[in-house]
Amino acid sequence: MWSWIPGNGSLIWQLTQENIYLGVVPALYGLVISLPLGILAARWRWFYPPVLTLTSILYAVPSLALFIALIPSLGLTNTNVVVALTVYSVCVIFPNVVAGLRSVPDDVRQAATAMGYRPLRRLVTVELPLATPVIIGGLRVGVVSSISLASVGQLIGVSSLGYLFVDGEQRSFPTEIYVGLVLVIALALACDMVLVAVRRAVTPWMSERKGPAAGGAAPAGAPELAGSTAVSS
Amino acid sequence: MSFFSWAWDWLIQRSNWTGQGSIPQQIVAHLGYSSLPLLIAAVIAIPAGVAIGHTGRGSALVINIANAWRAIPTLGLLVLLAVLLGFSALTWLLPLVALAIPPILVNSYEGVAGVDPGVRDAARGMGMTTWQQVVRVEMPVALPLILVGLRTSAVFVVATATIAADIGLGGLGRFIIDGLASGQYGPVAGGALLVVMLAVLVLILFAVLSWLLVPAGLRTRREN
Repeated sequence: MWSWIPGNGSLIWQLTQENIYLGVVPALYGLVISLPLGILAARWRWFYPPVLTLTSILYAVPSLALFIALIPSLGLTNTNVVVALTVYSVCVIFPNVVAGLRSVPDDVRQAATAMGYRPLRRLVTVELPLATPVIIGGLRVGVVSSISLASVGQLIGVSSLGYLFVDGEQRSFPTEIYVGLVLVIALALACDMVLVAVRRAVTPWMSERKGPAAGGAAPAGAPELAGSTAVSS
Repeated sequence: MSFFSWAWDWLIQRSNWTGQGSIPQQIVAHLGYSSLPLLIAAVIAIPAGVAIGHTGRGSALVINIANAWRAIPTLGLLVLLAVLLGFSALTWLLPLVALAIPPILVNSYEGVAGVDPGVRDAARGMGMTTWQQVVRVEMPVALPLILVGLRTSAVFVVATATIAADIGLGGLGRFIIDGLASGQYGPVAGGALLVVMLAVLVLILFAVLSWLLVPAGLRTRREN
Protein backbone atom coordinates (compact mmCIF):
# COMPACT_ATOMS: atom_id res chain seq x y z
CA MET A 1 0.00 0.00 0.00
CA TRP A 2 2.51 2.57 1.18
CA SER A 3 5.01 1.69 -1.55
CA TRP A 4 2.78 3.84 -3.76
CA ILE A 5 4.37 6.94 -2.20
CA PRO A 6 8.04 6.47 -3.20
CA GLY A 7 6.94 5.22 -6.61
CA ASN A 8 5.04 8.45 -7.26
CA GLY A 9 7.39 10.95 -5.70
CA SER A 10 7.67 13.16 -8.75
CA LEU A 11 3.90 13.26 -9.28
CA ILE A 12 3.34 14.18 -5.63
CA TRP A 13 6.02 16.86 -5.80
CA GLN A 14 4.53 18.36 -8.95
CA LEU A 15 1.03 18.43 -7.47
CA THR A 16 2.40 19.99 -4.29
CA GLN A 17 4.03 22.77 -6.29
CA GLU A 18 0.83 23.39 -8.20
CA ASN A 19 -1.11 23.52 -4.95
CA ILE A 20 1.34 26.01 -3.44
CA TYR A 21 0.94 28.23 -6.49
CA LEU A 22 -2.87 28.05 -6.34
CA GLY A 23 -2.81 28.87 -2.63
CA VAL A 24 -0.20 31.56 -2.31
CA VAL A 25 -0.74 33.61 -5.47
CA PRO A 26 -4.47 34.31 -4.84
CA ALA A 27 -3.77 35.33 -1.26
CA LEU A 28 -1.11 37.80 -2.42
CA TYR A 29 -3.40 39.20 -5.13
CA GLY A 30 -6.09 39.41 -2.46
CA LEU A 31 -3.78 41.48 -0.28
CA VAL A 32 -2.88 43.79 -3.14
CA ILE A 33 -6.55 44.41 -3.90
CA SER A 34 -7.66 44.64 -0.27
CA LEU A 35 -5.12 47.26 0.79
CA PRO A 36 -6.42 50.16 -1.33
CA LEU A 37 -10.03 49.06 -0.83
CA GLY A 38 -9.52 48.86 2.92
CA ILE A 39 -7.72 52.20 3.08
CA LEU A 40 -10.62 53.84 1.26
CA ALA A 41 -13.17 52.13 3.50
CA ALA A 42 -11.32 53.19 6.63
CA ARG A 43 -11.23 56.79 5.37
CA TRP A 44 -14.80 57.08 4.08
CA ARG A 45 -17.15 55.39 6.49
CA TRP A 46 -19.98 55.18 3.94
CA PHE A 47 -17.81 53.08 1.65
CA TYR A 48 -17.43 50.21 4.12
CA PRO A 49 -20.96 48.77 4.53
CA PRO A 50 -21.71 48.31 0.81
CA VAL A 51 -18.33 46.70 0.11
CA LEU A 52 -18.67 44.49 3.18
CA THR A 53 -22.12 43.38 2.03
CA LEU A 54 -20.77 42.60 -1.42
CA THR A 55 -17.83 40.60 -0.04
CA SER A 56 -20.14 38.69 2.33
CA ILE A 57 -22.33 37.69 -0.60
CA LEU A 58 -19.34 36.72 -2.75
CA TYR A 59 -17.91 34.72 0.11
CA ALA A 60 -21.14 32.76 0.35
CA VAL A 61 -20.81 31.65 -3.29
CA PRO A 62 -19.66 28.01 -3.21
CA SER A 63 -16.24 27.57 -4.76
CA LEU A 64 -17.38 24.98 -7.28
CA ALA A 65 -20.10 27.36 -8.49
CA LEU A 66 -17.64 30.23 -8.77
CA PHE A 67 -15.17 28.14 -10.79
CA ILE A 68 -17.98 27.24 -13.14
CA ALA A 69 -19.23 30.82 -13.44
CA LEU A 70 -15.73 31.77 -14.62
CA ILE A 71 -15.47 29.00 -17.24
CA PRO A 72 -16.97 31.01 -20.13
CA SER A 73 -14.43 33.80 -19.69
CA LEU A 74 -11.41 31.91 -18.35
CA GLY A 75 -11.95 28.30 -19.35
CA LEU A 76 -10.74 25.28 -17.41
CA THR A 77 -7.44 26.91 -16.52
CA ASN A 78 -5.24 27.77 -13.59
CA THR A 79 -6.27 31.38 -14.06
CA ASN A 80 -9.86 30.43 -13.38
CA VAL A 81 -9.01 28.98 -9.97
CA VAL A 82 -6.58 31.81 -9.16
CA VAL A 83 -9.22 34.44 -9.92
CA ALA A 84 -11.89 32.64 -7.87
CA LEU A 85 -9.60 32.15 -4.89
CA THR A 86 -8.47 35.78 -5.16
CA VAL A 87 -12.11 36.81 -4.76
CA TYR A 88 -12.38 34.77 -1.54
CA SER A 89 -9.07 36.17 -0.30
CA VAL A 90 -10.31 39.73 -0.77
CA CYS A 91 -13.42 38.77 1.21
CA VAL A 92 -11.36 37.72 4.22
CA ILE A 93 -8.49 40.24 4.01
CA PHE A 94 -10.47 43.41 3.27
CA PRO A 95 -12.40 43.51 6.59
CA ASN A 96 -9.14 43.00 8.45
CA VAL A 97 -7.46 45.91 6.64
CA VAL A 98 -10.33 48.16 7.69
CA ALA A 99 -10.37 46.87 11.26
CA GLY A 100 -6.60 47.14 11.51
CA LEU A 101 -6.60 50.75 10.36
CA ARG A 102 -9.52 51.60 12.63
CA SER A 103 -7.74 50.06 15.59
CA VAL A 104 -4.99 52.67 15.38
CA PRO A 105 -5.54 54.83 18.49
CA ASP A 106 -6.65 58.38 17.80
CA ASP A 107 -3.92 59.92 19.91
CA VAL A 108 -1.30 58.11 17.87
CA ARG A 109 -2.80 59.58 14.72
CA GLN A 110 -2.92 63.04 16.27
CA ALA A 111 0.66 62.75 17.50
CA ALA A 112 1.81 61.92 13.98
CA THR A 113 -0.14 64.87 12.61
CA ALA A 114 1.34 67.14 15.27
CA MET A 115 4.81 65.98 14.26
CA GLY A 116 4.07 67.32 10.81
CA TYR A 117 3.20 64.07 9.02
CA ARG A 118 1.02 64.60 6.01
CA PRO A 119 -1.84 62.07 5.53
CA LEU A 120 -0.01 59.86 3.02
CA ARG A 121 3.17 59.63 5.05
CA ARG A 122 1.16 59.10 8.23
CA LEU A 123 -0.71 56.27 6.53
CA VAL A 124 2.41 54.54 5.22
CA THR A 125 4.76 55.02 8.17
CA VAL A 126 2.38 55.00 11.15
CA GLU A 127 -1.08 53.60 10.47
CA LEU A 128 -0.28 50.69 8.14
CA PRO A 129 2.56 49.38 10.33
CA LEU A 130 0.28 49.45 13.37
CA ALA A 131 -2.45 47.70 11.38
CA THR A 132 -0.05 45.03 10.11
CA PRO A 133 -0.77 42.33 12.71
CA VAL A 134 -4.50 42.44 11.98
CA ILE A 135 -3.89 42.56 8.21
CA ILE A 136 -1.58 39.56 8.41
CA GLY A 137 -4.28 37.82 10.43
CA GLY A 138 -6.53 38.16 7.39
CA LEU A 139 -3.78 37.11 5.03
CA ARG A 140 -3.27 33.93 7.06
CA VAL A 141 -6.92 33.03 6.63
CA GLY A 142 -6.65 33.81 2.92
CA VAL A 143 -3.65 31.56 2.35
CA VAL A 144 -4.88 28.67 4.45
CA SER A 145 -8.32 28.58 2.85
CA SER A 146 -6.93 29.05 -0.67
CA ILE A 147 -4.59 26.11 -0.26
CA SER A 148 -7.42 23.95 0.98
CA LEU A 149 -9.98 25.17 -1.57
CA ALA A 150 -7.59 24.75 -4.49
CA SER A 151 -8.25 21.02 -4.33
CA VAL A 152 -11.87 21.61 -5.35
CA GLY A 153 -10.52 23.01 -8.63
CA GLN A 154 -9.68 19.43 -9.53
CA LEU A 155 -13.38 18.86 -10.16
CA ILE A 156 -13.15 21.21 -13.16
CA GLY A 157 -9.83 19.62 -14.08
CA VAL A 158 -7.38 22.16 -12.68
CA SER A 159 -4.51 20.19 -11.25
CA SER A 160 -3.54 20.39 -7.57
CA LEU A 161 -3.23 17.95 -4.69
CA GLY A 162 -6.96 17.50 -5.27
CA TYR A 163 -5.87 15.13 -8.06
CA LEU A 164 -4.96 12.64 -5.34
CA PHE A 165 -8.51 12.84 -3.99
CA VAL A 166 -10.24 12.36 -7.33
CA ASP A 167 -7.84 9.68 -8.54
CA GLY A 168 -7.84 7.92 -5.15
CA GLU A 169 -11.62 7.87 -5.23
CA GLN A 170 -11.79 6.43 -8.74
CA ARG A 171 -9.28 3.71 -7.84
CA SER A 172 -10.72 3.16 -4.33
CA PHE A 173 -7.22 3.65 -3.04
CA PRO A 174 -7.19 5.26 0.42
CA THR A 175 -3.40 5.69 0.60
CA GLU A 176 -3.49 8.25 -2.15
CA ILE A 177 -6.27 10.18 -0.38
CA TYR A 178 -4.39 10.10 2.93
CA VAL A 179 -1.31 11.51 1.23
CA GLY A 180 -3.38 14.31 -0.29
CA LEU A 181 -5.09 15.16 3.01
CA VAL A 182 -1.85 15.20 4.96
CA LEU A 183 -0.04 17.30 2.36
CA VAL A 184 -2.82 19.88 1.99
CA ILE A 185 -3.09 20.35 5.75
CA ALA A 186 0.69 20.40 6.21
CA LEU A 187 1.06 22.91 3.39
CA ALA A 188 -1.62 25.16 4.87
CA LEU A 189 -0.11 25.03 8.34
CA ALA A 190 3.39 25.64 6.96
CA CYS A 191 2.24 28.77 5.11
CA ASP A 192 0.44 29.88 8.24
CA MET A 193 3.62 29.48 10.29
CA VAL A 194 5.63 31.42 7.72
CA LEU A 195 3.17 34.31 8.01
CA VAL A 196 3.33 34.21 11.81
CA ALA A 197 7.11 34.44 11.50
CA VAL A 198 6.75 37.34 9.07
CA ARG A 199 4.47 39.13 11.49
CA ARG A 200 6.95 38.67 14.31
CA ALA A 201 9.74 39.99 12.13
CA VAL A 202 7.88 43.09 10.93
CA THR A 203 6.19 43.99 14.22
CA PRO A 204 8.95 43.51 16.80
CA TRP A 205 7.18 45.90 19.19
CA MET A 206 4.30 43.48 19.75
CA SER A 207 4.47 41.39 22.88
CA GLU A 208 3.96 37.74 22.01
CA ARG A 209 0.97 37.20 24.25
CA LYS A 210 -1.03 39.79 22.39
CA GLY A 211 -0.33 38.23 19.00
CA PRO A 212 -3.65 37.83 17.27
CA ALA A 213 -4.92 34.48 16.16
CA ALA A 214 -5.58 34.05 12.46
CA GLY A 215 -8.61 36.04 11.52
CA GLY A 216 -9.46 36.46 15.16
CA ALA A 217 -7.40 39.52 15.63
CA ALA A 218 -10.35 41.18 17.28
CA PRO A 219 -9.34 44.43 18.86
CA ALA A 220 -12.03 45.32 21.37
CA GLY A 221 -15.04 46.87 19.73
CA ALA A 222 -14.62 45.27 16.34
CA PRO A 223 -17.37 42.66 16.31
CA GLU A 224 -17.05 42.08 12.58
CA LEU A 225 -13.73 40.42 13.35
CA ALA A 226 -15.14 38.13 15.93
CA GLY A 227 -17.36 36.97 13.09
CA SER A 228 -14.44 36.55 10.79
CA THR A 229 -12.71 34.24 13.24
CA ALA A 230 -14.96 31.69 11.68
CA VAL A 231 -15.94 32.42 8.15
CA SER A 232 -17.27 30.18 5.49
CA SER A 233 -16.51 27.88 2.59
CA MET B 1 -22.28 31.72 -24.79
CA SER B 2 -22.02 33.19 -21.36
CA PHE B 3 -22.57 31.56 -18.01
CA PHE B 4 -25.97 33.15 -17.62
CA SER B 5 -27.27 32.19 -21.05
CA TRP B 6 -26.20 28.58 -20.47
CA ALA B 7 -27.94 28.63 -17.12
CA TRP B 8 -31.02 30.39 -18.47
CA ASP B 9 -31.50 28.06 -21.44
CA TRP B 10 -31.34 25.11 -19.10
CA LEU B 11 -33.56 26.64 -16.44
CA ILE B 12 -36.40 27.47 -18.84
CA GLN B 13 -36.65 23.96 -20.22
CA ARG B 14 -39.89 22.61 -18.84
CA SER B 15 -38.67 19.00 -18.80
CA ASN B 16 -36.07 19.91 -16.17
CA TRP B 17 -38.78 20.88 -13.73
CA THR B 18 -40.65 17.56 -13.58
CA GLY B 19 -39.94 13.92 -12.88
CA GLN B 20 -37.14 12.08 -11.15
CA GLY B 21 -34.16 14.29 -10.29
CA SER B 22 -35.96 17.46 -11.35
CA ILE B 23 -34.89 20.91 -10.24
CA PRO B 24 -37.48 21.25 -7.44
CA GLN B 25 -36.61 17.78 -6.16
CA GLN B 26 -32.92 18.55 -6.00
CA ILE B 27 -33.51 21.90 -4.32
CA VAL B 28 -35.52 20.18 -1.59
CA ALA B 29 -32.87 17.45 -1.33
CA HIS B 30 -30.12 20.05 -1.07
CA LEU B 31 -31.99 21.85 1.70
CA GLY B 32 -32.40 18.57 3.56
CA TYR B 33 -28.76 17.56 3.15
CA SER B 34 -27.76 21.00 4.44
CA SER B 35 -30.14 21.50 7.35
CA LEU B 36 -29.68 18.12 9.02
CA PRO B 37 -25.91 18.45 9.57
CA LEU B 38 -26.37 22.09 10.57
CA LEU B 39 -28.95 21.09 13.17
CA ILE B 40 -26.76 18.31 14.58
CA ALA B 41 -23.75 20.62 14.67
CA ALA B 42 -25.74 23.33 16.45
CA VAL B 43 -27.01 20.92 19.09
CA ILE B 44 -23.42 19.88 19.82
CA ALA B 45 -21.54 23.15 19.35
CA ILE B 46 -23.76 25.80 20.95
CA PRO B 47 -23.89 24.19 24.42
CA ALA B 48 -20.20 23.31 24.22
CA GLY B 49 -19.16 26.80 23.13
CA VAL B 50 -21.35 28.48 25.73
CA ALA B 51 -19.99 26.21 28.49
CA ILE B 52 -16.39 26.90 27.48
CA GLY B 53 -17.07 30.62 27.20
CA HIS B 54 -18.71 30.71 30.62
CA THR B 55 -16.08 28.69 32.49
CA GLY B 56 -13.06 29.69 30.42
CA ARG B 57 -11.91 26.07 30.53
CA GLY B 58 -10.79 24.69 27.18
CA SER B 59 -10.51 28.06 25.44
CA ALA B 60 -7.09 27.21 24.01
CA LEU B 61 -8.63 24.17 22.35
CA VAL B 62 -11.35 26.28 20.75
CA ILE B 63 -8.85 28.77 19.36
CA ASN B 64 -6.78 25.95 17.88
CA ILE B 65 -9.86 24.42 16.26
CA ALA B 66 -10.71 27.86 14.85
CA ASN B 67 -7.32 28.10 13.21
CA ALA B 68 -7.14 24.53 11.97
CA TRP B 69 -10.54 23.88 10.46
CA ARG B 70 -9.99 26.05 7.40
CA ALA B 71 -7.00 23.97 6.43
CA ILE B 72 -9.04 20.79 6.04
CA PRO B 73 -9.91 20.06 2.41
CA THR B 74 -13.52 18.90 2.47
CA LEU B 75 -13.27 17.12 -0.85
CA GLY B 76 -10.48 14.95 0.57
CA LEU B 77 -12.47 14.14 3.68
CA LEU B 78 -15.53 13.20 1.62
CA VAL B 79 -13.72 10.91 -0.80
CA LEU B 80 -11.76 9.28 2.02
CA LEU B 81 -14.94 8.33 3.85
CA ALA B 82 -16.56 7.24 0.60
CA VAL B 83 -13.66 4.91 -0.15
CA LEU B 84 -13.40 3.58 3.41
CA LEU B 85 -17.10 3.18 4.21
CA GLY B 86 -18.79 3.04 0.84
CA PHE B 87 -21.64 5.46 0.23
CA SER B 88 -23.95 5.71 3.22
CA ALA B 89 -25.62 8.41 5.30
CA LEU B 90 -22.54 8.48 7.51
CA THR B 91 -20.27 9.17 4.55
CA TRP B 92 -21.68 12.60 3.87
CA LEU B 93 -23.19 13.40 7.27
CA LEU B 94 -19.98 12.94 9.24
CA PRO B 95 -17.79 15.41 7.30
CA LEU B 96 -20.60 17.97 7.03
CA VAL B 97 -21.28 17.86 10.77
CA ALA B 98 -17.58 17.92 11.60
CA LEU B 99 -17.00 20.92 9.38
CA ALA B 100 -20.11 22.79 10.57
CA ILE B 101 -19.13 22.54 14.24
CA PRO B 102 -16.09 24.88 14.43
CA PRO B 103 -17.72 28.17 13.36
CA ILE B 104 -20.66 27.64 15.71
CA LEU B 105 -18.40 26.49 18.55
CA VAL B 106 -15.96 29.37 18.17
CA ASN B 107 -18.60 32.07 17.87
CA SER B 108 -20.66 30.74 20.79
CA TYR B 109 -17.49 30.67 22.83
CA GLU B 110 -16.42 34.16 21.80
CA GLY B 111 -19.88 35.56 22.29
CA VAL B 112 -20.18 34.30 25.85
CA ALA B 113 -16.54 34.90 26.78
CA GLY B 114 -16.86 38.46 25.52
CA VAL B 115 -19.82 39.39 27.71
CA ASP B 116 -19.06 42.59 29.61
CA PRO B 117 -17.87 41.58 33.12
CA GLY B 118 -20.05 44.37 34.52
CA VAL B 119 -23.12 42.76 32.99
CA ARG B 120 -22.07 39.41 34.41
CA ASP B 121 -21.60 40.91 37.87
CA ALA B 122 -24.94 42.66 37.70
CA ALA B 123 -26.65 39.36 36.89
CA ARG B 124 -24.98 37.69 39.85
CA GLY B 125 -25.74 40.67 42.08
CA MET B 126 -29.42 40.35 41.21
CA GLY B 127 -29.31 36.90 42.75
CA MET B 128 -29.45 34.88 39.53
CA THR B 129 -28.31 31.28 39.67
CA THR B 130 -25.50 30.20 37.33
CA TRP B 131 -28.07 28.68 34.98
CA GLN B 132 -30.09 31.90 34.91
CA GLN B 133 -26.97 33.96 34.29
CA VAL B 134 -26.05 31.80 31.31
CA VAL B 135 -29.49 31.39 29.77
CA ARG B 136 -31.05 34.78 30.52
CA VAL B 137 -28.05 37.09 30.30
CA GLU B 138 -24.97 35.64 28.63
CA MET B 139 -26.66 33.76 25.79
CA PRO B 140 -28.91 36.65 24.71
CA VAL B 141 -25.91 38.98 24.73
CA ALA B 142 -23.94 36.40 22.73
CA LEU B 143 -26.81 35.75 20.32
CA PRO B 144 -25.60 38.03 17.49
CA LEU B 145 -22.30 36.16 17.36
CA ILE B 146 -23.92 32.75 17.72
CA LEU B 147 -26.08 33.62 14.72
CA VAL B 148 -23.00 34.67 12.73
CA GLY B 149 -21.52 31.27 13.55
CA LEU B 150 -24.66 29.47 12.44
CA ARG B 151 -24.79 31.52 9.24
CA THR B 152 -21.16 30.78 8.47
CA SER B 153 -21.71 27.07 8.98
CA ALA B 154 -24.90 27.12 6.95
CA VAL B 155 -23.17 28.77 3.99
CA PHE B 156 -20.32 26.32 4.36
CA VAL B 157 -22.60 23.30 4.49
CA VAL B 158 -24.54 24.40 1.39
CA ALA B 159 -21.24 24.66 -0.50
CA THR B 160 -19.89 21.36 0.75
CA ALA B 161 -23.13 19.52 0.05
CA THR B 162 -22.60 20.64 -3.56
CA ILE B 163 -19.17 19.07 -3.64
CA ALA B 164 -20.57 15.92 -2.00
CA ALA B 165 -22.34 15.16 -5.28
CA ASP B 166 -18.90 13.93 -6.33
CA ILE B 167 -19.31 10.94 -3.99
CA GLY B 168 -22.91 10.36 -5.05
CA LEU B 169 -24.99 12.62 -2.85
CA GLY B 170 -28.13 14.09 -4.41
CA GLY B 171 -28.95 17.79 -4.40
CA LEU B 172 -27.98 20.60 -6.73
CA GLY B 173 -24.39 19.37 -6.99
CA ARG B 174 -25.75 16.46 -9.06
CA PHE B 175 -26.46 18.78 -11.99
CA ILE B 176 -22.93 20.16 -11.79
CA ILE B 177 -21.02 16.91 -11.37
CA ASP B 178 -23.10 14.97 -13.93
CA GLY B 179 -22.97 17.89 -16.36
CA LEU B 180 -19.20 18.15 -16.06
CA ALA B 181 -18.86 14.41 -16.58
CA SER B 182 -20.96 14.49 -19.78
CA GLY B 183 -19.68 17.85 -21.02
CA GLN B 184 -23.08 19.54 -20.86
CA TYR B 185 -22.66 23.06 -19.58
CA GLY B 186 -26.39 23.83 -19.33
CA PRO B 187 -26.98 21.85 -16.13
CA VAL B 188 -23.51 22.79 -14.87
CA ALA B 189 -24.21 26.52 -15.13
CA GLY B 190 -27.85 26.17 -14.08
CA GLY B 191 -26.91 24.07 -11.05
CA ALA B 192 -24.19 26.52 -10.08
CA LEU B 193 -26.59 29.45 -10.37
CA LEU B 194 -29.16 27.68 -8.21
CA VAL B 195 -26.51 26.91 -5.58
CA VAL B 196 -25.50 30.56 -5.49
CA MET B 197 -29.13 31.59 -5.10
CA LEU B 198 -29.53 29.10 -2.27
CA ALA B 199 -26.44 30.48 -0.52
CA VAL B 200 -27.69 34.05 -0.86
CA LEU B 201 -31.06 32.90 0.45
CA VAL B 202 -29.27 31.53 3.52
CA LEU B 203 -27.64 34.92 4.07
CA ILE B 204 -31.01 36.66 3.79
CA LEU B 205 -32.62 34.13 6.12
CA PHE B 206 -30.01 34.81 8.78
CA ALA B 207 -30.27 38.57 8.33
CA VAL B 208 -34.01 38.25 8.99
CA LEU B 209 -33.42 35.86 11.90
CA SER B 210 -30.99 38.19 13.62
CA TRP B 211 -33.36 41.10 13.07
CA LEU B 212 -36.17 39.11 14.69
CA LEU B 213 -34.23 37.47 17.52
CA VAL B 214 -31.59 39.91 18.64
CA PRO B 215 -32.85 42.16 21.44
CA ALA B 216 -33.20 45.77 20.28
CA GLY B 217 -30.69 46.99 22.86
CA LEU B 218 -27.94 44.90 21.30
CA ARG B 219 -28.70 45.62 17.69
CA THR B 220 -26.84 48.87 17.27
CA ARG B 221 -23.68 47.51 18.83
CA ARG B 222 -23.37 44.43 16.72
CA GLU B 223 -24.81 44.64 13.32
CA ASN B 224 -22.79 42.02 11.58
